[in-house]
Amino acid sequence: MDKEKIDIRSLNVWFGKKHVIKDVNMKIRPNAVTAVMGPSGCGKTTLIKAINRLNELIKISRTTGEIFIDKQNVYGKEIDVFELRRQVGMVFQKPNPFPKSIYENVAFGPKLHKMANDKELDAIVEKSLRGGALWDEVKDRLKDDAFSLSGGQQQRLCIARALAVEPDIILMDEPCSALDPAATAEIETLIRELRQRYTVIVVTHNLQQAARISDFTAFMYVGKLVEYGLTKNLFEKPENELVEQYITGKFG
Amino acid sequence: MPIEKMRVRRRDVWRNFKGSLILVLCVTGIFIALLSLAALLFDAFREGLPWLNIQFLTSFASRRPEQAGILAAFFGSIWVVLLTATISFPLGVGAALYLEEYAPQNLLTSFIRLNISNLAGVPSIVYGILGLALFVEALAFGRSVLSGALTLSLLILPVIIIVSQEAIRSVPTADREGAYALGATRWQVTRDIVIPQAFPGMLTGTILALSRAIGEAAPMIAIAALVYIPFTPSGPLDRFTVLPIQIFNWVNQPQSEFRGLAAAGIIVLLAMLLSINSLAIFIRNRYQKRGR
Repeated sequence: MDKEKIDIRSLNVWFGKKHVIKDVNMKIRPNAVTAVMGPSGCGKTTLIKAINRLNELIKISRTTGEIFIDKQNVYGKEIDVFELRRQVGMVFQKPNPFPKSIYENVAFGPKLHKMANDKELDAIVEKSLRGGALWDEVKDRLKDDAFSLSGGQQQRLCIARALAVEPDIILMDEPCSALDPAATAEIETLIRELRQRYTVIVVTHNLQQAARISDFTAFMYVGKLVEYGLTKNLFEKPENELVEQYITGKFG
Repeated sequence: MPIEKMRVRRRDVWRNFKGSLILVLCVTGIFIALLSLAALLFDAFREGLPWLNIQFLTSFASRRPEQAGILAAFFGSIWVVLLTATISFPLGVGAALYLEEYAPQNLLTSFIRLNISNLAGVPSIVYGILGLALFVEALAFGRSVLSGALTLSLLILPVIIIVSQEAIRSVPTADREGAYALGATRWQVTRDIVIPQAFPGMLTGTILALSRAIGEAAPMIAIAALVYIPFTPSGPLDRFTVLPIQIFNWVNQPQSEFRGLAAAGIIVLLAMLLSINSLAIFIRNRYQKRGR
């Protein structure tokens, strides 16, 4: 892999005394879906939250190592963490729309970063909702409360909300784990589409999902990156015994 | 086996008995509370209603019971409560926001938290004496509405802070995380996510604290003193009296007519408290419709 969007170098993360990420090195391709897989508690979420420095919200966390996005170290001194988080969008495990209208949810980010005036804002909201494959369902009810949407719609709203600040990278932390199969299928289709314009990293512990949606797969185990490569290769002929056992359902 | 069965049954009887005992105790508790409230209301209305008329509401205090009224105390109370709200709400909410969103988690912060709870338990007369020394004397605001409002603000600040902290804590972490992930700064998260969601709780708590403040007699007597005030305040530095002082004053008069006046004053005070509490309930219901 020569062309990389994100380059993680000797990343270590501690929460208090707990060593959660252990010396992870990983290069992530642009315009591809990279799945991060592994049993619960292996550090998948912590790994992606290191990319947008969201681990820092937890006061006892400590991070060493470097993460380069387009050759720039996000842990460098000159980095504006708020601008970083604008460029690296994130979608969470449980849909977390703000208790505001559908419109205000999407407009929230652009307003924070003063990206648009009122007219442009309407256009951004429409574009983002289209990007989140939600526009046709909500275009007549933009003023409605976000909680009036179904779970799957709420999650797509959260994706649209992340798209509205024009990120390059989208992190997704088990985006379908709180959704029913139909909503999951919709989100998966959307993730495949997002790949064309964004670098997408999806945490999942659903094997079939990783196989369906991702181009590359990383397998983590107790804080270490055990295996990483083309999804096809990893599923068909895993090099590591642990991965093989996980894929064949011997542990999980 | 029969022995075994009997033992189980005996324990069941005991359990049922304990269950009914608790129920009886609870119902008795509610009954006593409601009964004393009913007795209080009945007594106040029986004695006070004959005195409650336009003349009573529009006259100043007087040595002659048939000419005495509640005007100065009524407007005094309104002045004090409005000024107290203006002072205590921003201070209390600000302190709560600092403690919940900004303060580092260290010993000093826990020490402050602990002492705010302690302050909430300090008797109100102590605040009255503090206000007398600090606002009336040292800062030379005199026995004014401002001194009274500042004193009551100190009195209810701990309650407002604690209630506001609760309201802030009830804002879901996921919402904060979502906003941070969009690149919001701490202030933007506080302003756009935390405050809007915590606001109804903060406001309800403050209004309930104010309704307690409006009924306080002890600190107000320390600040305003038991004197005859034949005017309504026209500014924060005017002298004043409040409903509890006026009621206290009338109760202390030897003539029995003044007891009726005191009861009428109590009815006015209760009406004021009930309107304030209804406002709090109204605000809470209005904002709580939004469920998730």
